[in-house]
Amino acid sequence: MRIPILKLYDCLLVSIQWELDDATALQFQEDLLHKIHETSANGVVIDITSIDFIDSFIAKVLGDVVSMSKLMGAKVVITGIQPAVAITLIELGIVLDDVLTALDLEKGLEKLQQELGD
Amino acid sequence: MEFQSCVKIINEWDIVAARQLGRNVAKELGFGTVDQARITTAISELARNIYLYAGQGRVCIEKLFENGKSGLLIVASDEGPGIPDVRKVMEDGFSTSGGLGAGLPGVKRLMDEFDLDTNVGKGTEIRATKWLR
Ligand SMILES: Nc1ncnc2c1ncn2[C@@H]1O[C@H](COP(=O)(O)OP(=O)(O)OP(=O)(O)O)[C@@H](O)[C@H]1O
Ligand SMILES: [Mg+2]
Repeated sequence: MRIPILKLYDCLLVSIQWELDDATALQFQEDLLHKIHETSANGVVIDITSIDFIDSFIAKVLGDVVSMSKLMGAKVVITGIQPAVAITLIELGIVLDDVLTALDLEKGLEKLQQELGD
Repeated sequence: MEFQSCVKIINEWDIVAARQLGRNVAKELGFGTVDQARITTAISELARNIYLYAGQGRVCIEKLFENGKSGLLIVASDEGPGIPDVRKVMEDGFSTSGGLGAGLPGVKRLMDEFDLDTNVGKGTEIRATKWLR
């Protein structure tokens, strides 16, 4: 199953709705980069409200997605990180340091607009 | 009453099956959402290590009842190559596969008890427990 990627003006919107297995996560990474290239989007919001845990593999994929998108000229904001996810990520020892985050999709889009200078 | 349930780890999908089993047992035992996430993450790390480094093995989930306390025990075992330098792999950031190297030290922090038993050429068994508070 592939994760749908929607285009909204010059941004891409992704809402991850089910538990990520490794193959789906890697497919998503590739799909998103192709979509950025195709649409010349300069911002991406990835909403992970439905995700109830993140392990080191998914964390690495998400971190890589952010760096790769940046290389292609698109900024990524990750939204909807659950309390349990934030706690386990830190305990695992993972810092998503230069990743932009926001509470929800709406705030994520606002943040992106700010970052992109309207 | 003993309860034990196992998932064989052979391919990537079995990693998903193992963490679903763990999450369900954690829910049954009454763990809250944060502990459920800790347990699910720990299982995911251990199952993926088996898949990556040992090729195959299994993850078993046990319910523990001891002195009025209940807990969940994860046993991840394989007959893979074993770990030559245990001290090294328990350091944050050590990885032989280009991973984040957060797996094993992370699992130790996420769980209450952690025990690693390994023999080079024979295999590895990791036992990790979370107690219900
Ligand atoms: N079951 C196992 N059998 C043999 N070697 C193992 C096993 N589990 C872990 N290792 C070794 O221990 C190292 C550290 O494992 P750990 O899970 O901490 O990090 P990683 O898997 O390399 O990266 P990450 O889990 O962050 O993606 C691995 O690189 C591997 O060499
Ligand atoms: Mg690992």
